[in-house]
Amino acid sequence: MSDLTYIPVLAQLNDDFFGNREGAADRCPGNNGLCPGWIADNFSDYLHPFWEHVLLSIVPLAIGFVIATSLALFAHRYRVAQPFFLAFVGALFTIPSIAFYLILLNITGRGFGTAVVVLTAYTQVLIYRNVMTGLQEVPAETVDVANGMGLSQRQILFRVELPMALPTIFAGLRIAASSTVGIAGFAFFAGAGGLGGEIFSDPAFKGNVVTASLLMILLATALELIVLLVQRLCTPWERAVAT
Amino acid sequence: MPTETKAQDGAPTIGSDAAPLEFREVVKHYPGAERPAVNKLSLEVPAGEICVLVGPSGCGKTTAMRMVNRMIDISDGDILIGGKSVRDRRPSELRREIGYVIQQIGLFPHKTIGENIATVPHLLGWNKQRTNERVEELLELIGLPGDFRDRYPSQLSGGQRQRVGVARALAADPPLMLMDEPFGAIDPINRERLQNEFLRLQAELRKTIVFVTHDIDEAIKMGDRIAILKEGGILAQYATPAELLMYPASPFVEDFVGSDRALKRLALQRVRDIDLWTAPLVRIGEPVSEVKAKLSEADLEIPLVVDDQGRPKGWLSERGLQGERVREDFRSPAEPIVELDDILRDALSDLLSADSQYGPVVDADGRVAGVLSIEALSHALSVPAEHLPSATELAISTAEHDAADGAEEFA
Amino acid sequence: MTTIFAALGPFGDAIDFIFQQRESQAGTVQVGGLGEIWELTWMHLKLSLAATAIATAVALPIGVWLGHIGRYQFLAISTSNIGRAVPALGLVVFFIAFLGVGFGNVCLALVLLAIPPIITNAYVGIRGVDRETVDAAKGNGLTGMQIAGRVELPLALPTIMAGIRIALVSVIATATIAPLANVDTLGRPIVSPNVYGTAGQLAACIVVALVTFAADAAMAALQRAVTPRGIKIQASQSRSRGRRFVSPKRSIQST
Repeated sequence: MSDLTYIPVLAQLNDDFFGNREGAADRCPGNNGLCPGWIADNFSDYLHPFWEHVLLSIVPLAIGFVIATSLALFAHRYRVAQPFFLAFVGALFTIPSIAFYLILLNITGRGFGTAVVVLTAYTQVLIYRNVMTGLQEVPAETVDVANGMGLSQRQILFRVELPMALPTIFAGLRIAASSTVGIAGFAFFAGAGGLGGEIFSDPAFKGNVVTASLLMILLATALELIVLLVQRLCTPWERAVAT
Repeated sequence: MPTETKAQDGAPTIGSDAAPLEFREVVKHYPGAERPAVNKLSLEVPAGEICVLVGPSGCGKTTAMRMVNRMIDISDGDILIGGKSVRDRRPSELRREIGYVIQQIGLFPHKTIGENIATVPHLLGWNKQRTNERVEELLELIGLPGDFRDRYPSQLSGGQRQRVGVARALAADPPLMLMDEPFGAIDPINRERLQNEFLRLQAELRKTIVFVTHDIDEAIKMGDRIAILKEGGILAQYATPAELLMYPASPFVEDFVGSDRALKRLALQRVRDIDLWTAPLVRIGEPVSEVKAKLSEADLEIPLVVDDQGRPKGWLSERGLQGERVREDFRSPAEPIVELDDILRDALSDLLSADSQYGPVVDADGRVAGVLSIEALSHALSVPAEHLPSATELAISTAEHDAADGAEEFA
Repeated sequence: MTTIFAALGPFGDAIDFIFQQRESQAGTVQVGGLGEIWELTWMHLKLSLAATAIATAVALPIGVWLGHIGRYQFLAISTSNIGRAVPALGLVVFFIAFLGVGFGNVCLALVLLAIPPIITNAYVGIRGVDRETVDAAKGNGLTGMQIAGRVELPLALPTIMAGIRIALVSVIATATIAPLANVDTLGRPIVSPNVYGTAGQLAACIVVALVTFAADAAMAALQRAVTPRGIKIQASQSRSRGRRFVSPKRSIQST
């Protein structure tokens, strides 16, 4: 595993980004670097990055949800905007995350804020598309009868269309949740830390890689389950047994 | 408020809120279209009556209906509800006072049945108690148990959902109702039940209703007045069902109503309305000599055996008359047995499917009241009826009979 | 020229890096310039296309077959769920740590990354084919394989292409950290700013973003090309028909 160009690069990388840390050889020589003992001892080192990662996931989700939903409601009303918005959010998603972090960092500086901007941008396409689809899938006759009964445009949107679109919207939010956790893995490129930073600080050491990765998987799954739970709570009619 | 009038109280009154409707030279012209979709439509619907708009597809019937609540803008002319133009009000306000029922029903899947029904009262700002009472009242009216109010539409059958759709339209007690092929999406068996139930409801509530359908049979059954529209939104005839059947105004109307106009009249009469035949009623053990006397007086010279209560048992054969007393020997069973209150069309259908020329007619207690024969039926057809009842009148008379008999309202 | 670049600040410097060779930070070698950029891009593309192609070859038949038989839906859904939860960074580094460096290992990691979207979209695409169409095909005597190949696959192709497109974009983005496995993609300047300088880092970012957009556009064109004409016509019809109800403020065209 020790290629001549490899370790010096990483050593340099360490110095550039994170400062010096112990080498893999010092810890856990047996079992090729993967010992539960080490993990147990040093677990607390991961807590701070973990919470950083949690914040890096939740904040963009919340902000992104508000922005994407607003865009979708606007496009739902003014249909001309639809192709433009779709292209825009799609383009945001296509930018590779590392590139996005580094480019933006030159404009908005290093740190949490830059990472949040990038991560929020990535949530857009998933949430926007699902809100749009959810609204469009409301049957035309249901909207027709709501109109015929005297509900105003706004009342139809908030009392009929949005509630009926909730399942699809939540599905988009769920996917955005785990997707954000994954992309936040690269947030350290913007100087925002997180579990990705832990991995990158010592990618050769298996114990480190496994611990940090498992924590990310755990976070992604937990967030998805929370969204699922909220979805179940908000949509009692989906649970009703159909005759 | 008409809510206190129910069938049990006696004669129903016209819904005090029901308003008359008038189309005044109404035109709908779509830009770029050659001909108008609705062309100078003028008709008046008296308060409390069902006006059916019927015609081939493309005749503008749905367009005309949707102009009443301004779902479609009026190009020219005016529509007046209770004398006031529909253009005077803001559309959403107008619509809250008009009941609206569509073919696909359109219940809100994310709201309970109770919440669905309470939609317009909620919009109008009714307080909770009044709304709850109204929901309960309506559930009873449409024949659904009270615990349905907390169920979701997905848990109901198609027929139940359509009933809820009607209840939802009635919730705020509107003076006018618009119904666009409301029973079109239901299977034929349940459709007939729903039609009958709706007519019973109308007998109580007497709303002004505009009812759109493409089915002339449904129009004749449901309508107090029928407006037949031609393609291009032109009124071909506006008349009561009886007038339509007996005096069609043009070849188009004749064609649309169908060459079986005479048979369609049968849908408007009951067995009790025509002159029934008589047949000699005999009991087992009766002296044959007495029977022979009755035979010559009756229309049908075949003895009908009845039991002690007068209920029919079967038609007596010749062998049964051989000897001193009547013996139990049937040439054919009593079936098909027809009731006095049966619609003539259904009674004829029963006779024909049993391959029988005649059948005993019984009253509500099962006692023989006469004999219905195909001959008597065709005789009734040839005589022009002075006054054939409308659907609502039929429904009212049934309701009265039901009330008198204490019969169950809904199956 | 240089003044314009100077005005653009770090971006100007980065663009300059793309076109002109310069000394590395340590002054030992020459870095930058179109030659090196092209080499890095080529390696990046090789790795990404290889991984995506292999993933397609593996995942597509499985997804199509699962969709065709319509069972084991749980498997398809779970694959996509698990695939979403596993972070790209963790996956690649995990493979490097456990299997070692080299093109093969990192390619393997990328293949695993690319599989979930392809399987999911293949499954959903096939399932989405109108059941009546499939019935008609069966009634006409086509065998299962024939139906899958001649009826379901062409109709599902747009959705499948969308899945491959998503996979390709993800792979290109993640191939940026391949230098950790000694595979010098465009990520090399990004992970080694000590050698390439911040200008080099930024330059590589710009190039990789452009490459991603180009690949996405190419896939989009491919997706359009494989959409059966009938579906395109159908889609444009439903767009122009618009919605069939009226708001209180507007009038409608209704049929």
